[in-house]
Amino acid sequence: MFDQPATIVELQNLFVAYQDKLALEDVTLSIKAGEFWGILGPNGSGKTTMLRAMVGLLPLLSGSVKVFGRPVDRLGDVRQRIGYVPQHSRIDMYFPIQVREAVMLGRCGKIGLARRPDRSDHEAVARALQLVDLEDLANRQIGQLSGGQRQRVLIARALALMPDLLLLDEPTAALDVGASESFYAWLHQMHTKLSSTLVIVSHDVGVVSRYVTAVACLNRRLVAHGLPHEVLNRDTLEGMYGCDAMFFRHGDVPHLVVSREQTDVTRNRKLTDE
Amino acid sequence: MEILGYTFMQRALWSATLIGALCALIGVYVVLRSMSFIGAGIAHASFGGVALGFILGVNPFFTTVIFCTLTAWAIAFVSDKQKIREDAAVGIFFASTMAFGVLLIGLMRGYNVDLYSYIFGNILAVSRFDLYSSLILGVVVVGLIALFYKEFLLLTFDPEMARVVGLPVRTLNLLMLTLVALTVVLSIKSVGVVLVSALIVTPAASAFLLTDDFKKMMWFSVGIGVGASWLGLFLSTWLNVASGAAIVMTVTLIFFLCFLFSPQRRRMKQRMSRLKQLIKS
Repeated sequence: MFDQPATIVELQNLFVAYQDKLALEDVTLSIKAGEFWGILGPNGSGKTTMLRAMVGLLPLLSGSVKVFGRPVDRLGDVRQRIGYVPQHSRIDMYFPIQVREAVMLGRCGKIGLARRPDRSDHEAVARALQLVDLEDLANRQIGQLSGGQRQRVLIARALALMPDLLLLDEPTAALDVGASESFYAWLHQMHTKLSSTLVIVSHDVGVVSRYVTAVACLNRRLVAHGLPHEVLNRDTLEGMYGCDAMFFRHGDVPHLVVSREQTDVTRNRKLTDE
Repeated sequence: MEILGYTFMQRALWSATLIGALCALIGVYVVLRSMSFIGAGIAHASFGGVALGFILGVNPFFTTVIFCTLTAWAIAFVSDKQKIREDAAVGIFFASTMAFGVLLIGLMRGYNVDLYSYIFGNILAVSRFDLYSSLILGVVVVGLIALFYKEFLLLTFDPEMARVVGLPVRTLNLLMLTLVALTVVLSIKSVGVVLVSALIVTPAASAFLLTDDFKKMMWFSVGIGVGASWLGLFLSTWLNVASGAAIVMTVTLIFFLCFLFSPQRRRMKQRMSRLKQLIKS
């Protein structure tokens, strides 16, 4: 095994653009070993872009991204320590593939070019399926699963590598409130069990902030980052959502309140801009 | 059955088996990656390659292999730049390579080549050379598919994940396009430029309707491809019609049968009728 450097992911003055539109502006962030980060922000704030930049799926306009100390365009074998979970809607659900085979494909890079999976690979897949509680559905075609189960297949695919860094993109998008609550509880358990570093992208400010150890609030720029209870205040949320918003605890469930008047103003402003 | 005693018929049967299997196998990837149009584009490009062979006085087989492979790579290169969509790139090369072929043939004064047989194919005219070259290239294609089975599967299922896990995605893409090009070239002598894409797409599309297992889809596709080729070949000799057309019509008929009796559709129908009963009660 490699010696784990203290900093797992390091973004430095990162700019990313889609054609001539900036998706990320001057983002600097460092994620340390063992942390559990929530990347929060409204739609189009660059959350997914940031995650994709961390696995080298996007060309960088300027700045740098380093993962495990390596520049993201030359990750090499370090890739086998990263588990990436895309949004499950990106997957073709009619594809003729079973859960077990789909999970095995997560180890494709580790197994090596033109090689066949051996016993250790099959064991890793079985373990990953067990972790997400999908052993009983291992021989089902992915289209026969529910949205939440398909999401778990993608998580198992990432876990099949036993990654030191796990990146998840909106994993609760297909889940209702109750299910997403228990999902985060499960993820929290995973975090302690696997002692890996977790980064999760979500627009679900309330739930995420209760489980993560650090948050980054994004609206193309990094509005704020740090400990959840320090960061999530009125100013940050206003900076993130572009309108007056409040975040308060009511019993166990935190709420995000956005002023209707203000949202209408911002909406109108957007419309006239276009 | 006495027709089986003739050498030309035996060669035709071998050729039908080889080509039916190969087209159907590569077709699984073509269908699942929505590359049907590329397949057709490469097939039409082969006409340019055939004409080039005739004008250079070389066996058209070799010029076509090179010409089709380069066309496939050119389509990948142009659409890789993201500025132009893949289907537009195919559309451009589809017609231009064929036009190139027509121009070259126009330059050959007084040619006496049976071009008709390249456009629509004639499986009964397959030579010993055609058969052996098909066999060798066929082994290469199947070997590469077996070797890179999991890589091609991931590339087809989730190309983005293929990049994330560090596969050489661009090289594998070019390799797959080359395999499609080789398969097309092997098939044009038998089924022709115009009809070969049907032999690639239709068996795989039929198999897709029958199973939701990738390996089974490959086997079913090959079975349908070979079966349709044999059946079409016998029909063509019996009715004395063009073999390529008979094979394509047979495989299309099989597709419609699969479409009508697809287990997926049946399952869906059962579910619907159960729902209707529930609503009524």
